[in-house]
Amino acid sequence: MPVHDLTAMELRDRIAAGQVSSVEATRAVLDRIDRLDPVVGAYLSILPERALETAKEVDRKIAAGEPVGTLAGVPIAIKDVLCTSFGTTTCGSRILQNFHSPYDATVVRKLLDADAIIVGKTNMDEFAMGSSTENSGLRKTVNPWDTSRVPGGSSGGSTAAMAARMCFAALGSDTGGSIRQPASFCGVVGLKPTYGRVSRYGLVAYGSSLDQIGPIAGTVADAALLLSVIAGHDPADSTSVDEKAAPAGDYLAGLNEPVEGLKIGIASAFNAGAEPAIQKAIGEAVDDYREAGAEIVEVDMPHLDYAIAAYYVIATAEASSNLARYDGVHYGYRSENANDYIEVYTKSREEAFGKEVKRRIMLGTYALSSGYYDAYYLKALKVRNLIRGDFVRAFERCDCLMMPAAPTTAFQIGEKVDDPLKMYLADIYTVAVNLAGIPGISIPCGFDAAGLPIGLQILTPAFSEAKLLRIARMYEARTNWHTRKPVGLE
Amino acid sequence: MSDLTYKVIVGLEIHVQLNTRTKMFCSCALSFGEEANSRVCPVCLGLPGALPVMNRQAVEYAMLAALALDCPVAEFTKWDRKSYYYPDLPKNYQISQYDLPLGGPGSIEIPLEDGTTKKVRIRRAHLEEDAGKNVHAAGSFSQVDLNRAGTPLLEIVTEPDLNGPEQVRALAVELQRIVRYLGISEADMQKGHMRFEPNVNLVIDRAGQQFKTPIAEVKNLNSFRALERSVAYEIRRQLDDFLETGRTMQMGNKSTRGWNDVHEATVLQREKEEAHDYRYFPDPDLVPVVTTRQWLDEIRSRLCELPLQRQVRYVQAYGLSEYDAGVLTGDRSTADFFEQAVGSGGDPKRICNLLTQVGLKLANERGRDLLGLGLEPNAVATLAGMIDQGVISASAGNTILQAMVETGKKPETLAQELNLVQKSDAGELEGIVDQVLKENAAAAADVVAGGKKSQKARGFLLGQVMQKTKGQANPKVVSEILNRKLR
Repeated sequence: MPVHDLTAMELRDRIAAGQVSSVEATRAVLDRIDRLDPVVGAYLSILPERALETAKEVDRKIAAGEPVGTLAGVPIAIKDVLCTSFGTTTCGSRILQNFHSPYDATVVRKLLDADAIIVGKTNMDEFAMGSSTENSGLRKTVNPWDTSRVPGGSSGGSTAAMAARMCFAALGSDTGGSIRQPASFCGVVGLKPTYGRVSRYGLVAYGSSLDQIGPIAGTVADAALLLSVIAGHDPADSTSVDEKAAPAGDYLAGLNEPVEGLKIGIASAFNAGAEPAIQKAIGEAVDDYREAGAEIVEVDMPHLDYAIAAYYVIATAEASSNLARYDGVHYGYRSENANDYIEVYTKSREEAFGKEVKRRIMLGTYALSSGYYDAYYLKALKVRNLIRGDFVRAFERCDCLMMPAAPTTAFQIGEKVDDPLKMYLADIYTVAVNLAGIPGISIPCGFDAAGLPIGLQILTPAFSEAKLLRIARMYEARTNWHTRKPVGLE
Repeated sequence: MSDLTYKVIVGLEIHVQLNTRTKMFCSCALSFGEEANSRVCPVCLGLPGALPVMNRQAVEYAMLAALALDCPVAEFTKWDRKSYYYPDLPKNYQISQYDLPLGGPGSIEIPLEDGTTKKVRIRRAHLEEDAGKNVHAAGSFSQVDLNRAGTPLLEIVTEPDLNGPEQVRALAVELQRIVRYLGISEADMQKGHMRFEPNVNLVIDRAGQQFKTPIAEVKNLNSFRALERSVAYEIRRQLDDFLETGRTMQMGNKSTRGWNDVHEATVLQREKEEAHDYRYFPDPDLVPVVTTRQWLDEIRSRLCELPLQRQVRYVQAYGLSEYDAGVLTGDRSTADFFEQAVGSGGDPKRICNLLTQVGLKLANERGRDLLGLGLEPNAVATLAGMIDQGVISASAGNTILQAMVETGKKPETLAQELNLVQKSDAGELEGIVDQVLKENAAAAADVVAGGKKSQKARGFLLGQVMQKTKGQANPKVVSEILNRKLR
């Protein structure tokens, strides 16, 4: 087996055993990036010198018998929404195209402390606003399964890099489905942890009350491995959960133990909105669980229909404020056509922000304006509470919910760019999860007639990632969807 | 003019900089005068991805202030983003508190010139972060210094209960005294630790008809003098404006004015109150603050007697004058020193005189506070006792106190060393008196004769005795002997 086809766990163990060197694995990844990324476009920046140097150091440590971290020597890609004190941090935006962060995000620090090799930073919809990565202001990314199609978004760079084996695992961020939806489009595993599980410090904010960093991987175990490294309270993030209230754990321990007496909740009416091939694949996956001994219960989620509307008010309201700092005054793009400080603001923002970002800033600004606040923002918060309640009630009757990660498989590049509403509906199965703050995972569960991957989304109550991963692993252990790889790229 | 009367209406907004160790939402140290942009970090620079973390000390200081201002502390309070674009505001929103302020409503008691006090209502007190500073040094560009960005500010808003420049000043001074007593702010005006924004207008009564002048808000005043004068100026200006134009308060005609220190005048900044929409909403990066009863009780236990209460107590319990009581309670350490000395058994009035006439003067000359002189309260009490017992004269007491500061020696030692112990031995003094009477028989006769010359002659004789004893005779004892001998 070529080294790039190993899972992150396998690679880590072989590096530790001295069977493969980290430099070898890093070279393999860099070679693949050289060869494939001109087509895929997953990376915004690659860090070859730094990656190889770190890999060399890990190899030296291992050879010297020094202790190493849990990801020692494993090449990993990170979404360019995470601040790094090396290279650039662009958020896929022209406004930050040449921005160098003076500090590392907490998760980046944790990866480095675990001796991971950060090979590069991946493309994304500008400021994580989008469902296809087409909103990137810097690069186009395609789906490795069909290069005429989108990889999903906004973490499309990370999922495409994973699908094309241009990394062994990746980090993404998920505000309304930005890990799970592209994971399903690219046939990889994508996990959005509970809000507060992973520190947001150094994650460039889009919708602060919804944003969460999570792993993108080839297998459930690799996702569990990554989560074990990045989870935990961070004093620099007040919204990260106290370890006493919900301790982060070793998500690999007990991962292979099936959940006894598993009860799966299905909201049939809600699921009926997906393409037939997707409904069929999800149905078959649920049947597989049933065969393994799970009980299926029908649940009613009356408020999910309002999730998209509530999400696009709350997320854009927060975004309008979060993105106010990109003004050309302190850092980032500054217009050369400004005649006074007001024009520094207006022209810098006008020239450097993309269309979708402007649209969302306008929407959010409107929703927070005096006279509209109650009707939009406050109302959306109420809907958010109702949606939370739907999940709480559903989880009284079952261990997990299962539904599609997206209503369609990967769509054609350009297909929805002129119809924002249609694009927003690509998030229909994912946004409610962010509003409720609960964890969700998308795992490969089949292919449509065109050979495009389909994702099964599994949801569990807040802070039950260990159980969520075990449930996902039950299915993965019985199927081999996750072992399929896109052909035609090589 | 004669049929015109008016009432001044002023409400005051005050920003008080808290003297916490670190900024409101990051761990940068507070700054004054350092090199520009040297006390900054990703959080107070508002860099992408940085997140604020609440400074608990700042919240506790604000709770303390709220309690001192009789403001109930909210059980549940939160942080809101106030959005506006300005180059000194790195995130282009300020973290503040909007609909659920930490404290309020309450009140503050201020002293009036006639010796009475007045209760001024406080509308609210809330915490927020300060902005940076725009520096217009030279050339066609401006620079921004963000050292101050993120400094914790307590904003206190009064109701429009103040009725003149003196009252506005009195409130500002009293608030300064309170926050210093509480130890929550240095309240150093020179460093911009207190900034004032009075909202001024007049209610004019002309021939039985009432008119309200448009409200003017004077921005960013950072001295008591500027505060008082700007209000005084506004009164004149608004009166003139009314007489000239008849303009009265309308929706939206509130104006914003600045204070020009050189011309001693307010200057128009914005004619009409702009329809500012700050788009407040709860900051999703911060969790709400729940003030438990236990926490509040703990803070309450740190509360001390407020300066004005103390001042009144000194007048009532110790019989001090308003003025002296005001001086002693001017800052907490002086008042504490005074009370410790009184507690050691000294007479309050005597101690007050020593401290106000000598102690504070010396401290002032040396540019420190009373504690900085290194005096022990019980030594001052001993000194006061020596004066009261006639061991030394009052003026010798002042000399000794100064020597105590200079040498650190005990008052008893210094009285001996400086030869300031009074002669009170009646036997010894009687001999001296006899001698003086012998040498000045004419004067003695004048005293005995009574009448016009008597008083003057008596003073002369006393002076002679003092001269012979080099000022060390106890005048009270000498007086008694003279009385006895010249009956």
